[in-house]
Amino acid sequence: MSAVLQMPGTDTAAALELSGIHAGYGDFQALFGVGLRVEPGEAVGVVGPNGAGKTTLLRVISGLIRPRAGTLRYGGQDLTALPPHELPALGIAHVPENRRLFPQLTVEENLKVGAFSKAARPHFAERRDRVYTLFPRLKQRRHQLAGTMSGGEQQMCAIGRALMSGPRILLLDEPSAGLAPLVVQQVFALVHRIREEGLTVLIVEQNVAQVLRVVDRAYVLETGRVAAEGRSAELAADPAIRRSYLGGH
Amino acid sequence: MDPFLLEALLNGVLLGGVFALPVLGLNLVFGVVDVIWLCYAELVMVGMYAVWFLYTQMGWPLALAFAVCLAVVAMLGLLLHLLVVRPLLGSPPISQVLATGGVLFVLQGAATLVFSTDFRSLGVEMPPMEMGEVFISGTKLAAFIAALTGAGVLWAFLKFTYVGTAIRAIARDREVMPLMGVDPQRIYLIASAVGGALAGLAACLLVVQLDVHPFIGLSFGPITFMICVMGGLGNMLGGFLAAFLMGLIVSTGGFWWNTEMSYVVAFLFFILVIFLRPRGLFAR
Repeated sequence: MSAVLQMPGTDTAAALELSGIHAGYGDFQALFGVGLRVEPGEAVGVVGPNGAGKTTLLRVISGLIRPRAGTLRYGGQDLTALPPHELPALGIAHVPENRRLFPQLTVEENLKVGAFSKAARPHFAERRDRVYTLFPRLKQRRHQLAGTMSGGEQQMCAIGRALMSGPRILLLDEPSAGLAPLVVQQVFALVHRIREEGLTVLIVEQNVAQVLRVVDRAYVLETGRVAAEGRSAELAADPAIRRSYLGGH
Repeated sequence: MDPFLLEALLNGVLLGGVFALPVLGLNLVFGVVDVIWLCYAELVMVGMYAVWFLYTQMGWPLALAFAVCLAVVAMLGLLLHLLVVRPLLGSPPISQVLATGGVLFVLQGAATLVFSTDFRSLGVEMPPMEMGEVFISGTKLAAFIAALTGAGVLWAFLKFTYVGTAIRAIARDREVMPLMGVDPQRIYLIASAVGGALAGLAACLLVVQLDVHPFIGLSFGPITFMICVMGGLGNMLGGFLAAFLMGLIVSTGGFWWNTEMSYVVAFLFFILVIFLRPRGLFAR
């Protein structure tokens, strides 16, 4: 398999490290001292029930929410010292919950917004062609308004848009949410491929059984705290986790 | 067809072209920044004075006066955003409207102090064009072509550039923009400068047709806001089309009744639209 996902003009990856992160919205605190580490080239999952703070965690990493306490570093650099719009240029791309495409823009225009940063613009045509190689469906629909596509196509477009910035680490928030089972399979196959090609991935999912098959390690988040962590195989075999998340006995 | 009606229709289209520029500018700023510049017509007024001053008092060539007018009003849009709008971005809409409304009176007062309430004329008139039985003002035709050119340049900017694409995107989802590497504050600044430049272009096209005085904004400001609301606030295409509709109503109203009555008809039509389609004529 060719390394389609190693976007042209992309540097090598670095480790993402969080420790003691407290964060929330107004009076509501969502995260209580969360620590997490993602090594270069690793695929890491964050699983847990609704309201556990999974989305908040990703929003803290990409700077949409400032943590109240704790450290957040990428390759030794303190991310909390940077405005959020500078993170894509560092190689951090976030595919947000519910995809958040620009529905009234065409597929190709969505990709163009994804390549907005100065560092990404010279690589636009090259990376767009890579994205189209990866998702031939998007190429067919390049001039269609993004809002008129199916959920699966929109998820492809959202991931393509994130790839346009030439990321070293991809943050995926519930990529399988609201999709038909067959499309969910395609999304996880894609995550698997991203991982195989050496891109670092941090993926938040409620679909625990599926995500444990594609990541190296995972963290279980419950009410804003890390309740368990470990290799995917260990977690999948853990009786407590089987009972809570995998429908096992 | 009655040549006078034909003339009224043609004039309506020409008038619509001139209405369209401030409507596009207001919609651009509102769509991106989510703030209504109540003093928009007064930015146009300042631009008209700039052209009048540079051309008649300083003896500059008209083209150079136009270019400076565009730059001055674009700068004014930037300053308006930085000094008035940005500090109020998190405030309730009523505070924002009152603040830009305050700027309206400040600009009117400043213009009165500097230029007095005298009507100032540029004294430029192009020869009328004869088309069959119909006479069309050469000045109006030139202004119309310039307005369409301005609208075309704006369209190309929004359609083909990175910043223009981000402007269309941010109008729908501002929170997600930093994830794309877009600094929303910078986009607000650019939209404000472009909104100002459109007011500057409108000033160039109006000052050759109308005398300028400190309260000139009142003669086209209200109708500009009406057109924006009719087309759907923030809807560029809707506003553009509504500008022509309003131009035709005002102009043919003068044919059926008289000019004063035509504005009454225009306002009645506006009220009707607001009742029937409160989100604008072209809302989906």
